[in-house]
Amino acid sequence: MAMNQVKMVVTGPFSSGKTEFISSISEIDVVKTERTISSDAEREVKSQTTVAMDFGRITVDDDLVLYLFGTPGQRRFDFMWEILAEGMLGFVVMVDSTKPETFREAKSILETFRAYAPTPFVVAANKQDLTDAWSIEDLRIALRIEDGIKLLPCVANDKESVKNVLLELLYSILEEMDTSASTAG
Amino acid sequence: MPLQGNLRDFSTTQILNLINLAGKTGTLVIFEGVRTNEKDAIGNIRMAAGDERARVAFKAGKLVQAQTQTQDGNLVTVLNKASKLTDEQARIIRERAKNTADKALALLLINANYVSQKDIVGSIQQYTLDIVYTLLTWGEGPFRFEDNLLPGPDRILVPIDLENVIIEGARRIREIEQLNSHLPNLDMALRFPPNPREKFKGIHLSVEEWRVVSYVNPRNTVRQIARANNMSDIEIRRIVYGLEQAGLVEVVRPAVPVDGPRQPTGNTGRLPPPPKTQVQETVVRKLIDRIRSL
Ligand SMILES: Nc1nc2c(ncn2[C@@H]2O[C@H](COP(=O)(O)OP(=O)(O)O)[C@@H](O)[C@H]2O)c(=O)[nH]1
Ligand SMILES: [Mg+2]
Repeated sequence: MAMNQVKMVVTGPFSSGKTEFISSISEIDVVKTERTISSDAEREVKSQTTVAMDFGRITVDDDLVLYLFGTPGQRRFDFMWEILAEGMLGFVVMVDSTKPETFREAKSILETFRAYAPTPFVVAANKQDLTDAWSIEDLRIALRIEDGIKLLPCVANDKESVKNVLLELLYSILEEMDTSASTAG
Repeated sequence: MPLQGNLRDFSTTQILNLINLAGKTGTLVIFEGVRTNEKDAIGNIRMAAGDERARVAFKAGKLVQAQTQTQDGNLVTVLNKASKLTDEQARIIRERAKNTADKALALLLINANYVSQKDIVGSIQQYTLDIVYTLLTWGEGPFRFEDNLLPGPDRILVPIDLENVIIEGARRIREIEQLNSHLPNLDMALRFPPNPREKFKGIHLSVEEWRVVSYVNPRNTVRQIARANNMSDIEIRRIVYGLEQAGLVEVVRPAVPVDGPRQPTGNTGRLPPPPKTQVQETVVRKLIDRIRSL
């Protein structure tokens, strides 16, 4: 019964590819639903705002499950970010490489998340399959991403590409553990 | 002899019924119970009337006004609560119209186009109903019905038929009973089901549900989640019930964390301090192996 649940957060501006990213790797099928919440409760809920949330799951074994949370797109739900960030193992910031008009927003999201939790993160330069995608090098400059931070090419509907991003994040997490272990000891 | 007793023997619903049928005029006052050393006729400890908790006024068998210790029922408060006045507007009006009676104030606000008459009537009605529905769930407390006592002439009284209140109240009490029996113990924790009954993704949740989902962790008790989100027991029960019905969460015994239970944060609405992320290296290595194999 000792279930170990760990979570990672996938964030980024609207339409950067968060939903696509999580669907590509999650073992839970994509079902777009308005969840029915039973009778009385439902009436209460329906009148309220709803928030689309991406939610993915990767089962490792009986004892270990990884959850992927996509942050809600609407800026007015920012207050949830802090809640989501709590206890996360790390996070991925998605950037639509074809949309320079969203770069400032992406950077601001990155900094906000970084402030919530000192966990490792990577930046995924998404939609690299499209011809008008900015190159990784240009993106690094445009987004002013420090050298120590991984900026990875990504195609969110390609599972191998998504795997690579998550693996790079996990490697960073491992490295971080090594460093803190050696500084502590 | 005025109508008096204790809600545990004669419930609010029964009182409303009586007032309705008898077409009474007056004010029902409910008090905090203070234990005495005496016993009543059926051997229960007799409770004396302590501080006043609420008062509800009736005119010819209709509900006309309600207020509690914390909800004074002033027009500005009522309109603010109904979002007809912003906090800022409410603050200014309170400052400038200090000793103005509600009726005079209503006229001023209508003339100044702040609100319509309909807004005022609707907001007062809703305010009164909210309070009375809460009273209906009180299972204990000395009460007294003061015949012919009504709020001062400055108050705006909006008559509401008691029959509907009684029916809706009964429905709510049933709901609360169901919710309580569904999750009697708030010291249970929540987790995501290992094998979701249905598959889900791209779920639409209310903001409140979302807040709860974000806290799902076998280490957090439902009570702690409620505190962190400033939710009442009944609100959290309703949300957990909905999420469980939808197959999104499971109620489990809380896991005892290595470093002791996490402190609830009281009523500040602040989040509990983040848990020390004690994820082990082996866990990360397992995740890496698993993702490589996908
Ligand atoms: N060509 C291409 N399209 C993508 C990629 N990632 C996402 N998209 C598309 O971009 C749009 C927005 O993606 P979505 O995942 O919904 O973005 P979200 O708002 O961040 O969740 C959708 O039409 C996706 O199919 C990618 O890597 N390449
Ligand atoms: Mg999306």
